[in-house]
Order: sequence, then structure tokens, then C-alpha cells
Amino acid sequence: MFKKFIYSRKIAPYVFILPFIITFLVFWIVPIAKSGLMSFQSIQFSDVEWIGLNNYKRLLGDSQFILAIKNSVRYMIGTLVLLIPFPMLFASLINSKIMKGKGFFKSVFFIPALTSVVVAGTVFRLIFGEMGSALMNQFIGIFGFEPIKWLKNDLTAYFALLTLACWRWTGVNILYFLSGLQSIPKELYESASIDGASAWKKFIKISAPMLKPTIIYVLTISIYAGLSMFVESYMLWEGKNSPKNIGLTIVGYLYNQGIRKNNMGYASAVGLVLLVIVMVINIAQLTATGTFKKEAR
Amino acid sequence: MGKKNTFLSVIVFLFFTVVAILILIPFLAILIASFKDGTDMIRNGLNLKIELDKMSLDNFKLLFSGAEEARKYFMWYKNSLILTLSQVALTLVVSAFVGYGFAAYDFKGKNALFICVLIIMSVPFEILMLPLYTQVGDMGISDTYAAIMMPFLAHASTIFFFKQYLAGIPGEIIEAGRIDGASEYGIFARLILPVMKPSFAAMAILNAMNSWNNFLWPLLVLRTDTKYTLPIGLNTLLTPYGNNYDLLIVGSFCAILPIFILFLLFQKYFIEGMTAGAVKG
Repeated sequence: MFKKFIYSRKIAPYVFILPFIITFLVFWIVPIAKSGLMSFQSIQFSDVEWIGLNNYKRLLGDSQFILAIKNSVRYMIGTLVLLIPFPMLFASLINSKIMKGKGFFKSVFFIPALTSVVVAGTVFRLIFGEMGSALMNQFIGIFGFEPIKWLKNDLTAYFALLTLACWRWTGVNILYFLSGLQSIPKELYESASIDGASAWKKFIKISAPMLKPTIIYVLTISIYAGLSMFVESYMLWEGKNSPKNIGLTIVGYLYNQGIRKNNMGYASAVGLVLLVIVMVINIAQLTATGTFKKEAR
Repeated sequence: MGKKNTFLSVIVFLFFTVVAILILIPFLAILIASFKDGTDMIRNGLNLKIELDKMSLDNFKLLFSGAEEARKYFMWYKNSLILTLSQVALTLVVSAFVGYGFAAYDFKGKNALFICVLIIMSVPFEILMLPLYTQVGDMGISDTYAAIMMPFLAHASTIFFFKQYLAGIPGEIIEAGRIDGASEYGIFARLILPVMKPSFAAMAILNAMNSWNNFLWPLLVLRTDTKYTLPIGLNTLLTPYGNNYDLLIVGSFCAILPIFILFLLFQKYFIEGMTAGAVKG
């Protein structure tokens, strides 16, 4: 009887997607619900006390949290400015007829994405060392500058974080744009050539508009990745707090409160506020790209 | 090709060569550092100076010396291999199963559930790490590989990829299976899995890379140092104590190798897997 039920064509689809339903319930819905409950509590180990909205009130006046938001947003904007236009331009060059050794460059640019953040972060921390003999200081020394304490000043630390991001993700974004460019029909370029359009004009009038879906995709994943950046800064400052919190990000703050200070009640409130923000962006994006309609069809 | 184009082509080529060199510099720096004493790095940071009098094979010898730290390193390596292989195998099977369910059937609640897949795909893990950490603790499975794997076996973006791939497979295969009297699961196991093979390569490689390099989640889950994976183990070497740094750089270098070799062999699949989401439009 049970076997017949499981094997019926009406039930089979649900059996197929059962692993997803279970995962969704056990590792999404239940944890988020628990987290919601905890956000109204003060939790110190086994000492649990109901404190109503106090965690949320505290959040509004928390200057460290505000600094963390500022740092994360600044980082995200930096990655958007550097990791969309340049990879797009590079991809167009790689895709163009004048390019020699396309395959080679494509591979070399991608290699950094293969490294784990532990290795990449450690290497960059040592390259941006404060001694005169560290690579970055040697480099600026060529131009007669004194050694800089890169990871102890706000702007230079920002620069180091962005350098690491560009090093790791330029190649990946080039691949996204290349796959976008390759889906543009060649006839468009051919007829533009007949009309005597320059390479730059073709880029602006054909490539850029036709790449819109790719741009939206890269933009969305970059916003998420930028706002949720944490391990990069964790590695650059060896898992310690950065001086004057110059490397503190939103998720770093979540980690400090939840894991380091074991302040789970307050950390849950922080986490939920972030989840709501992310969901709003997410649903707005899915609506804007018409995914809801597409799936409903 | 006109003269102007040849000139442009040379300029672009030179420019890309410079960028390529800049990108390779950090790798060159680790390679050079792996021949130097760890204390030199703590004192001087990473640079590209080749000083033959300071360089030796000592770090590599240490790695294969059988010393306690070296044995630990190989244990982490082994752990990472085991975890990566099991996670990839299980993720592919489970996600293919679910992906087929979404691709082959129309059923009540399908759209709502698929939208859940899309949402999970794009919510960054970091936002959810604390609730998940608490949940794994409540389930009594912290400090196990099961805790590292279980939340991600029905892996949203892998499900999405398989669903898209299966949309291109003709429904006649399924119908033919039904006429032959195969059960719904028999159709999946005997008819669908074989035709999915090409799509497994891309997802296997992408998942292997993510699992091998995974840092934050194992960092939260694992407590016992005999269970550490490579990234977590390397992270413990960061305290400049004993000959930690000697091992750290050689160890980092060897940690990149498996993925690098996979990349050289299966570049096509890396690219296919990475860009799968970008073209969904």
C-alpha cells in the first residue's frame, strides 16, 4: 500500500523534491523562526530572559553597527565601480578580432578565483605589510614614497581590500561578460561595420545595451557579495579586530556579537534586520527581471 | 588586417600581458617565499627578492619530514579530500534528483517552491550563518562533517542548473520509459541520469572548488583539530609560533595545487559551471 502510494504519478514529484523541502524547513524556516524568537531575548549561555524590543532599540543607536554598515556599503560601491566596467571592457577586447592569445589571457585572469580566501588573504596581508621590504612598499618606494602602514589606516586598508577583490574577481566577471557577448548575433556587428561604425561606437551602441541582462546579473551578485564581505577582512587582520574597526563589516559585526561575544539574542536581531534588507532587494530584483511571471507561465 | 589594426592589436596585447603579470605576482611571491625561512617573512613581509643565500628546500623537507606539524598538515589534507569528494558526490545525486522533479513534472505548489530555490540561491550564506550555527548545535551535530554538508546537499544553484539542463531533454524519453513499464524512479535512474552526464562535469568541478576552499562554515562547525580541513588548519598556522610560517607558505602552495590541476585539465567545465547562472536572463 505504502509502496503503491510512493510510486503513484501524483506523489512521485513530491518525493523527488522532498530533499529540498526538508532542507528548506530544517535549515531555513526553523532556524530563522528560532532566530526571530531569540531576537526578543537576552541570552547569556543558559540564562535566557525575555526583553521585548530592546535588542532592536539598541541596534538603532549602536555606533559600531553604523560604522560596519558604512564600511560594507563603501566596499560594495568600490567593487561595483571597479568590477563591472573594467571586466566588461576587457571581455570586449578579448572577444574582438584584434586580440591575440585570447584563451591564454582568459585562463590567467581566472586563476586567482581558484584560490581559497585563506591563502589569498594571507598573501595579500603580507604583500601589504608595513615593513619597507614588503612588496607594496617596495613598489611605491620606486616612486620615492616612504613605506606606508597599509592595514592601519582607513583609506589604505580600503585600497588593500579592493585590490584583493579585483585580483580575485576580475577574471570571473570577464567570463560572465564573455558569455554574454557571445550570445549577441554577429550580424549586428557586421551591418554596423558596413555602415562604417568605429569599434568604440559598436561597443556603446551594440555591446553595452545587448549585455544588459549580464550587467544586471553581475550587478546583483556584486551587491550581495559586497554587502556580505567578511572573510577577506577577517584574513587581512588575522582574525583579530582591525585598528579603529577600519575593516569591520556588517557580517564581521554579526560574527563578533554572535560567535566571539556569544551574545546570540542581539546578534539574531542584527541578522534578521539584514535578512529583511536582502529579501527586499531580492524580491525587487526577481520582480524587475520578470522571474515571477516567467515561472508562473 | 590594416596597419592601424596591427598597431592596435600589439598595444592591446602588451596591455593584457602587463595585467597578466600583475595577476601572477602574488603566486610568484608565494613560490619564492616557499624557499625562504618563515621568520624572514614575518620580519620582511612578502616580496619578490630572490636571495639565493637565504633560500633552501628546508620548508619542503619539513613538510615531508614526518614531524608532528607536518603530520597534522597531511591529516588536514586528507580530511579536505574526503569531505570534498563526499560532498560533491552527495550534492550531485541529491540535487539531480530534485532538479528532475522540478523539470519533469507539473504539480501543485511547484512555482512557489521553485521561487524558494531562486531566493535561497541569492541570499548570501553569511546572513544565515548564526541561525544555522544554532540549529546545528540544537540538532547535536556540531563538530561533524554531517553538519558541514547537510544544509547544502539539496544545493539551490546546482538544482537550478540541472533543472535548466533537463528542460532541454525531450519528454519522449520519459514517455517511452512509462510505456516500457518503468516506474517514475526507474525512469530517473536508468534513462535520465545517463543523459545528464555532461552536466555533471560542470557542477562536479564547481562544487569541488567551493567545497575545497570552503572556510567560514567549517570554521563555525569544527572544534576538534583532528577534524580540521585544509583552510581551517592553515588558518591556525597564522600565529607566528614555532615553525608555523615555514609550513604555512609551503602548505598554502600545495593547497592550491589540486584545484589548479583540475582547472588545467577541465577548463571548459569550470567556465560552463561558473557562467551557468549568468545567462538565465
